[in-house]
Amino acid sequence: MSDQKQVTEMDPKESKKNIENIEEEVTEEPSPNQDRLDRIVELIKTNIAEDAIEVAFINELDRDLPCIVIRSPYWVKTAMLLKESELLKLNYLRNVSGIDFETHFEVVYYLLSMSTGNQLDVCIKVKADRENPSIPSITSVWNTANWNEREIYDLLGVQFPGHPNLKRIMMPDDWEGHPLRKDYEPIDPEV
Amino acid sequence: MNLLQDLTFSSFMWFLSGAVVLLAVVLGFVTYAIYFERKVIGWIQLRKGPNRVGPLGLFQTVADVLKLLLKEDTIPRNADRFLFILAPVIAFVPAFVVLATIPYTSLLQFADLNVGLLYYFALSSISTIGILLGGWASNNKYSLLGGMRSAAQMISYEVPLVMSVVGVVLLSGSLSLNTIVEGQAGGFWQWNILPQFVGFIIFIIAAVSELNRTPFDLPEAESELVAGYHVEYSGFRFAFFMLAEYVYVYAIAALTTVLFLGGWHSPLPFLDFIPAIVWFILKFLSIVFFLFWIRATLPRIRVDHLMSLGWKVLLPLALVNIFVTTIVIELIKYFK
Amino acid sequence: MIRTEELLLNVGPQHPSTHGVFRIIVKLDGEVITEATPVIGYLHRGTEKLAENLTYTQVIPYTDRMDYVSAMTNNYVLCHAVETLMDLEIPERAEFLRLIVMELQRIASHLVWWGTYLLDIGAMSPFLYAFREREMIVNMFNELCGARLTYFYMRVGGVKWDAPEGWIDKVRDFIPYMREKLDEYEQLVSGNEIFLARVKGVGTYDAQSAIDFGLSGANLRSTGVKFDLRKDQPYSIYDRFDFDVPVQTAGDCYARYLVRFEEIKQSLRILEQAVEQFPEDGQIMAKVPRVIRPPEGEVYTRIESPRGEIGCHIVSKKKPQPYRLKFRRPSFVNLQILPKLLVGETMTNLVTILGGIDIVLGEVDG
Repeated sequence: MSDQKQVTEMDPKESKKNIENIEEEVTEEPSPNQDRLDRIVELIKTNIAEDAIEVAFINELDRDLPCIVIRSPYWVKTAMLLKESELLKLNYLRNVSGIDFETHFEVVYYLLSMSTGNQLDVCIKVKADRENPSIPSITSVWNTANWNEREIYDLLGVQFPGHPNLKRIMMPDDWEGHPLRKDYEPIDPEV
Repeated sequence: MNLLQDLTFSSFMWFLSGAVVLLAVVLGFVTYAIYFERKVIGWIQLRKGPNRVGPLGLFQTVADVLKLLLKEDTIPRNADRFLFILAPVIAFVPAFVVLATIPYTSLLQFADLNVGLLYYFALSSISTIGILLGGWASNNKYSLLGGMRSAAQMISYEVPLVMSVVGVVLLSGSLSLNTIVEGQAGGFWQWNILPQFVGFIIFIIAAVSELNRTPFDLPEAESELVAGYHVEYSGFRFAFFMLAEYVYVYAIAALTTVLFLGGWHSPLPFLDFIPAIVWFILKFLSIVFFLFWIRATLPRIRVDHLMSLGWKVLLPLALVNIFVTTIVIELIKYFK
Repeated sequence: MIRTEELLLNVGPQHPSTHGVFRIIVKLDGEVITEATPVIGYLHRGTEKLAENLTYTQVIPYTDRMDYVSAMTNNYVLCHAVETLMDLEIPERAEFLRLIVMELQRIASHLVWWGTYLLDIGAMSPFLYAFREREMIVNMFNELCGARLTYFYMRVGGVKWDAPEGWIDKVRDFIPYMREKLDEYEQLVSGNEIFLARVKGVGTYDAQSAIDFGLSGANLRSTGVKFDLRKDQPYSIYDRFDFDVPVQTAGDCYARYLVRFEEIKQSLRILEQAVEQFPEDGQIMAKVPRVIRPPEGEVYTRIESPRGEIGCHIVSKKKPQPYRLKFRRPSFVNLQILPKLLVGETMTNLVTILGGIDIVLGEVDG
């Protein structure tokens, strides 16, 4: 019962206070991972292209995780670099998520290095436009991406050119639409 | 009773009634062997086993059989109808027929053939054809795989099985089961299990394999082939396959008793006052228990390991066993 | 003229050894697999879509149903993600309770795996033995939260129910009992010739491909990669306890078996220490706003579930409902390596290898 109350009743005052607290902390502290982020950005800029990176920032909410937004034409090359470079050796792709931001799609890759021993995460984001979303496949770089990309294709409708077998994975092959899109209309409204 | 006497109407009736009685005994055995197996395995696995139908669950198997008989008899549309119907019969009939030569006591035996052992092995291998046919006629990939496995397995293990008993035949100098048992009279030190221990081990392993029971239950391997050759069978046809399997348990347990455990003879001479049939049943039941016991204990062996065990280990061992037995027998003769 | 044909065999979705509704289409040459195509999605319930219309607390029961063999760790990963986003401090007692139930859950989950794996291999009895011990754990959970499978025990900020009186003692008594049983199981199974012949050298892969396929948990540690999130990226209060990360180097089914078996022992070690240090009293819930509205932002948290790295990626727009909730489901990721492992193996090994990966279909299909 009490859980239901949590849902329906609101206490805006308290939650607001909480959030304000967090935001204050965020602005005060300099991030310990800033160095690391700068180094990765530098590496990409020198090896790939100046404009490969759209933006790079530290996600303070997620334990100061370094995040880099890569422009999609440069993504496969960058992925190769991140995996192969002696400095980073980000050889473990732990998660791929697709997000529908209504204005655009975003695919988020969480990477980790298993060989350098420092085991720090890096988060890479690649954006795709809403009309005809397409992001180059990185299955050839990390095999983990294979089914993850299929899942994102299935549920969000993002195309992954270069994927060996881009078919629906969760939904039936003849399913219409991509359920995780925000504007998805269920075929059968009763379900 | 002798099979070789002239067949008259009265002797035919004798045989018929004898066969009916034996069938009743065997069916009774199968019913309670299944009950016993479930109880034993339940006991090993910390369960109670059947305990609802009748006192102590004694009628559980009866109820199960009734259910099977009342079930709709389904034949898959694409199955080979004739062979599909024929297969359970071919699997079951040899299982029952081989029982004719088993001597329970010196008097209680249907047919004392002088080639009794040969008769047993010759007929029991026909069941394989039934299983293979069943697997093929079902027109199902799983049952086909099960049937093929079964054929491969039974042919492979038939060879060491027969080889392993050659030592026994050499010792007693006869293929007649009755004579083999007579040769083991006078206490447990006379039993063939002692001089033929290697043969006994090979025989038991090969026999379990012939029975398609764990750890050699590959043809029906439920975790891989779902149910193997009888996946499409239901109702009383399925019951026939099960029946065949349990009648073979009966036959193999009886044969082991006869060949290696001295048949109806008591282990110690002063225990002779106990009726011979009691000894036979005791030995027979301990073999049956052993079969159930290993079913609850061992995982399933893999098909390629099974083949290499059969051809590379059991067969050479059986041959060496025959060789050594022959030499020893000759040496004993020579020094006498 | 003899004509040979490849046999196309459809295994599942209803098959005793696919652990649910997994389906795999194999091309057989005799009994040797030449090609394997997994088909999943039969249990897809759209958890992630459903979550977008639910509050965070309402999503927790859905996580129970993802990896239903290990619901506690799933509860935790979601709560942990929201807590990280909100920067919540969890009361000591709640942390201990969470840790204890998660480790008990790990044992229960590995026991289910152990039993069913041996059932796959054809040994019937271990399954029932394993369920006897699991039953004790499940009963403890039942006392704690009134459910036996889908617990819904954790909440953002703590746990829902405090341990009833004498509960901690039950956990304490369970530890030596379980140790004794583990020794028994080791004697029963780990040295069995048939078992060894079936799992040794089967389904082997090296550390390189394990990392490349993103394997985690025992599947990764069986190749010699010592990576356990409890040690390497500690969460909760794991850094306070002394335990080892079991590692094997062979990378075959037997190595995975040994790793999981050893993990049960290590979980017992953690439990032993946790029970000793368990705070006498204290709060079990942090001060959490009645409506949970995490600040706008993104977080990805990951913890070590019995099956590997389970992660939760939340995109929050400062609403009571998540804007996007994505679970990194370890079974889903681990399963990807299966087609590669199966080529050239026999039908019998299909079952051994699939069982060795340890999947739960609720999690694969999400």
